Amino acid sequence: MSLDKPYTDVPGTTIFDAEMSRQGYHLNQFCMSLMKADNRARFKANERAYLDEWPMTEDQKLAVMARDLNRCIALGGNIYFLAKIGATDGKSFQQMAGSMTGMSEDEYRNMMVSGGRTIEGNRYTGEKK
Amino acid sequence: MARISASVYTSHVPAVGAALDLGKTAEPYWQPVFAGYDFSKQWLKEQKPDVIFLVYNDHANAFSLDLIPTFAIGTAAEFAVADEGWGPRPVPKVIGHPKLAGHIAQSVIQDDFDLTIVNKMDIDHGLTVPLSLMCGQPQAWPCPVIPFAVNVVQYPAPSGRRCYMLGKAIRKAILSYDEPLNVQIWGTGGMSHQLQGPRAGLINKEFDTNFLDRLIADPEGLSKMPHIDYVREAGSEGIELVMWLIARGAMNDVNGDGKPPTVRHRFYHVPASNTAVGHLILENN
Repeated sequence: MSLDKPYTDVPGTTIFDAEMSRQGYHLNQFCMSLMKADNRARFKANERAYLDEWPMTEDQKLAVMARDLNRCIALGGNIYFLAKIGATDGKSFQQMAGSMTGMSEDEYRNMMVSGGRTIEGNRYTGEKK
Repeated sequence: MARISASVYTSHVPAVGAALDLGKTAEPYWQPVFAGYDFSKQWLKEQKPDVIFLVYNDHANAFSLDLIPTFAIGTAAEFAVADEGWGPRPVPKVIGHPKLAGHIAQSVIQDDFDLTIVNKMDIDHGLTVPLSLMCGQPQAWPCPVIPFAVNVVQYPAPSGRRCYMLGKAIRKAILSYDEPLNVQIWGTGGMSHQLQGPRAGLINKEFDTNFLDRLIADPEGLSKMPHIDYVREAGSEGIELVMWLIARGAMNDVNGDGKPPTVRHRFYHVPASNTAVGHLILENN
């Protein structure tokens, strides 16, 4: 008997469930370590060396170094944890969120000021826009 | 005996805290957000609550993936402000109310809600931004606060129904406390927003308006809304709104005690950063 996962057809959305959490455990715990100023400094000084201290997959490490948040999420990252990377880089949450949408920073900001992304056409994967 | 005089509902967007801390509240982008709380600040000063029971969610600050409590009650004497990666917000530490918190924990657990009891934790923007919005920038917060953290990081969050019923149990606990305290209960988070993936930036004003209407007039029906409706309609992070049902479930009218609450204030604004800001004040009758 498998679990009911009614959220897999929501477009452009990954729900951080038990399966994703299991995959992303070390990636997210690495992010958590960036809550300490000393660790932020060590990470910035040599990202690769710092990441190699964590039992993350190579793909996860590459995604972090590329700051590819969509890829990080696909590999089990959770946005609240990944936000610590953005904070370390001096990025706002809006810059981080925008970076996942394929829009420029200005385009994303303007979309938000104009009322945000519409729900119409964004409820189901493959829905007609 | 203690009583619950009112409930307050508000979003807890981190950028709102940053705007306040960096002195940007008068900027055209932020001015409408903060103006929505002018009434509320005055109201809170006049109400003078003795304790605020503040329902919020931790954003991977107090709780990493090492420990994911669904419901956690803060029973400490005080709570430090977390460094979320930007350094701690320059706001006062939070003074708790260990005696009332312990009483609530004991009562609610005996009512079948298995809370996690937390004697040491830092509190993040989920808790401090609502305080800032409602209190401005004081040297100390106006009264003790009992932090009540709900897991919305790892799916599934507790259901709206579970939250609503928990609110009723919390009310029962507070009303059985043997000191004449004026307690407010706050539900925070939301409204519609999505912070991740290509659908980031989602806002659903129609959903939010309907949620506010039903929270006021039909909380019982609203509590039955399934998770998937929040996720699909209000965005992956819009599920924070289940926390508002804890506060609503603690109000008199839904516990067979009095008329529907008075809506003292209602506010809605898009955007604050990635998020729709919603805010309500309901007074018990």
